[in-house]
Amino acid sequence: MEFGWFLLATVLKVSFILGVTVLLYAPVFVLFERRQSAMVQDRIGPMMGGVKMPRLVIDHLQTLQMGAFGMAALCGLLFLFATAQVWQGNGTEVLFTEPVLGVRHTWNGMMFVFGALAAVHVPLGVVLPYLFHHDRLTIFGGLHALFDAIKAFTKEDVVPPEADKFLFSLAPIIAMVPALMLGAVIPFGPTLYVDYLFEQLPAEGTIGGAAIPLQVASLNIGILYMFAVGGAGIIGAALAGYSSNNKFALIGGLRAASQMVSYEVCLGLTIVPLFMLYDSLLLDEMVQWQVDHVWGVVVQPIAFVLFLTASIAEYKRVPFDAPEGESEIVAGFFLEYSSGKWLMYMLAEFFEVATSSMLIAVLFFGGWDVPFLGRGGWEAFGYAFDLSGTHWAILSEVANSHVFIVAVQIGAFVLKALLLGMLSIQIRWTLPRFRYDQIMQLCWRMILPLALVNILVTGIFILLTGI
Amino acid sequence: METFYEEHEDEHTLELPAEPMRINMGPSHPAMHGTIRMVMELDGETIMDLDIQPGYLHRGFEKSCERGTWSQVFPYADRLNYVSPMLNNVGFALAVEKLAGIKVPERCTWYRMILGEFARITDHLTCNSATAMELGAFTPFLWCIKVRDWMWDILEQETGARMTHSFGRIGGMAQPPTEHFKESILAVLPQVDEVLLETESLLLKNRIFLDRMQGIGKLGRERALSWGVTGPVLRSTGVDYDVRKASPYMFYKDVDFDVPVGHDGDNYDRFMVRFEEIRQSMKIIRQCIAKMPDSGPVDTDDPRIILPAKSDVYGTIEGTIAHFKLVMEGIKVPAGECYSYTEGGNGELGFYIVSDGTGTPYRVRCRPPCFYNLQGCREMLIGDMVADIVPTFGSINMIGGECDR
Repeated sequence: MEFGWFLLATVLKVSFILGVTVLLYAPVFVLFERRQSAMVQDRIGPMMGGVKMPRLVIDHLQTLQMGAFGMAALCGLLFLFATAQVWQGNGTEVLFTEPVLGVRHTWNGMMFVFGALAAVHVPLGVVLPYLFHHDRLTIFGGLHALFDAIKAFTKEDVVPPEADKFLFSLAPIIAMVPALMLGAVIPFGPTLYVDYLFEQLPAEGTIGGAAIPLQVASLNIGILYMFAVGGAGIIGAALAGYSSNNKFALIGGLRAASQMVSYEVCLGLTIVPLFMLYDSLLLDEMVQWQVDHVWGVVVQPIAFVLFLTASIAEYKRVPFDAPEGESEIVAGFFLEYSSGKWLMYMLAEFFEVATSSMLIAVLFFGGWDVPFLGRGGWEAFGYAFDLSGTHWAILSEVANSHVFIVAVQIGAFVLKALLLGMLSIQIRWTLPRFRYDQIMQLCWRMILPLALVNILVTGIFILLTGI
Repeated sequence: METFYEEHEDEHTLELPAEPMRINMGPSHPAMHGTIRMVMELDGETIMDLDIQPGYLHRGFEKSCERGTWSQVFPYADRLNYVSPMLNNVGFALAVEKLAGIKVPERCTWYRMILGEFARITDHLTCNSATAMELGAFTPFLWCIKVRDWMWDILEQETGARMTHSFGRIGGMAQPPTEHFKESILAVLPQVDEVLLETESLLLKNRIFLDRMQGIGKLGRERALSWGVTGPVLRSTGVDYDVRKASPYMFYKDVDFDVPVGHDGDNYDRFMVRFEEIRQSMKIIRQCIAKMPDSGPVDTDDPRIILPAKSDVYGTIEGTIAHFKLVMEGIKVPAGECYSYTEGGNGELGFYIVSDGTGTPYRVRCRPPCFYNLQGCREMLIGDMVADIVPTFGSINMIGGECDR
């Protein structure tokens, strides 16, 4: 591939992974954290912030809703009509003849367009009233979270007079940047063959032409990069505690440093059995193994539980938030931070939730793997999804086309990480906080021995079966 | 505070010289309620020494009482333990009635008992849920606060105020029970029970919570007694001292209830004793509601004590004069002194009152249960870790208004 194309592809990949983390996961997790907690705690949640809507809109909300449903019904009718036409063989094999939005269209194309329109309008109508609270547009409380962020940013940025000004400003950057850098080695999709975007690929064999692996960098040190970069986050917390010139912050920084160093060890050892099974350190090859065999969580459930625990401890969230310990050491290592710097710590936390969810999805839930969906199309128990020769040939043609499969797989990956993040948020609202020494005991006396035993058992298993 | 470490370094050791860290917690610290300062000597995270300094909320309660009439003490008494103000109101009313030899009608006593136990439930709910919240379990806190709000709705319906009711009166209550008093109480009790079960199911099977509570903040039985600790904190050490049983006042003789006791005197026992006391209070309330007459006077029938009805004040000369005398001079309590003690939310709430025969108290001394409980706190905490301060201090239920007066 030419260098220019390579550069373009890389820029697109980097912006995708950063965009997903910053624009999708971070806001969605912030919103989920607030909505989920409001739901389990029987309160209305973040509904105060919002944009005041004109009375006309609020009064006619029901009309708008009916309009959406009406639109859905209309599109549904047209969809059924087009489907009936295809049923009788009036559809042609292609989606659209040349002028797409012009007069010349096919019943196949009509079927797809109106089916999609009907499918979009029904949830739109259902969701519409929930976007408003009283006379304000709140978007499920999402605007409240947004306004909170704006408020935090526009507050006065106080640096304690006795603090080390340079380190104090550096610490939040060190805490946040590694969390974003982790995304670099995460494979978020299969290899994209640019030359065959709209064709069905063969399930086996090599494919020529330009190929773009959907991963920013496939480093040969693989997952070790995650530990190396993730470990840098410790410096951010320790530095903040050290430079704040506050004893509570110092205690928090020390707690954070020792806890994160300890759990770094656990984090590495808990997934050694996976390396042994997958026979690789490369994340893309790990996913490929899971595509070929089964998901990691099926073969290594213990490793999954241990790794999930260790990763929650690594990004210092409840029940492992002793470094913050809001009730005893106020806010721990970022006690003295205000305004944008404080926001950077909060964002770093959510970025870490996002990246660790993505990592868990890659390691244990097959990454971008979707069951029954291979490179060559949908296939279950030996039956391929193939309707060629019937009037419905276009359906399987679209569903099995390369670009559609890649899109579904990327979507599946994003969704898996989202669900894992929600799991960690639910844990956050259910459990109380460990004490600092209990966290360390859990690490060295529970997780570490269990991880070692897990390695031993996996080793014996591999020796006996000779995988 | 004495230093516990050696001033002189030993030349033969290779270890770096290490000094304990002295750290100030409070008064502006989320766990210190804004009213307490703790000066700690820390070795790592372990508390080597601790100095608890109360007094940041001292408002001169006792002195303030000496400048108004006896009736004007009630708003001050509200602000002692502001989590269960009704118990303070009734406690002070009982003290004055004891000194003046006033007997209140039977209906009033039942009414006081119901409202008092109601206040005790809200007090224990607040304390226990706040303990859980300070450990990071935010969800049960909001559940308990939700049900406490429903109970406050009833108190508001009865008294007109959610927190500081000022509802007690010498020789009666400010108002008779409202029409739907009994129904609304009986309607809310099952909901309290439900939330209790829900909270217990979330916390008591949780290993993290148990590890944070069990064996932490221990206080021995003898030490507790010698510090003068009372209430749930004392009962958690195994002493079954409850004023309601030990020296029954009002009609506590006539109702059937148990005094829950613990045996370790740790955080978990205090937590459990409070939860069990909520159940016992509900039992008492049900019995009281069954026994309380639906009609009859609430105030004692004595124009020298009870304010006349407003129609009499505006309509008759006797009423006007009685009203004037009671408001301007106050209730004449015969000269003498007495100590009256009741079971408050945190323990034995005593009022030692001295009267010189005028309408103004000569001296009102309050025995705040929190203050004595707080004394035991230092012994509970030494040797534990910084993070243990939070649940231990929470389970003491130190209320600034009562402790500092």
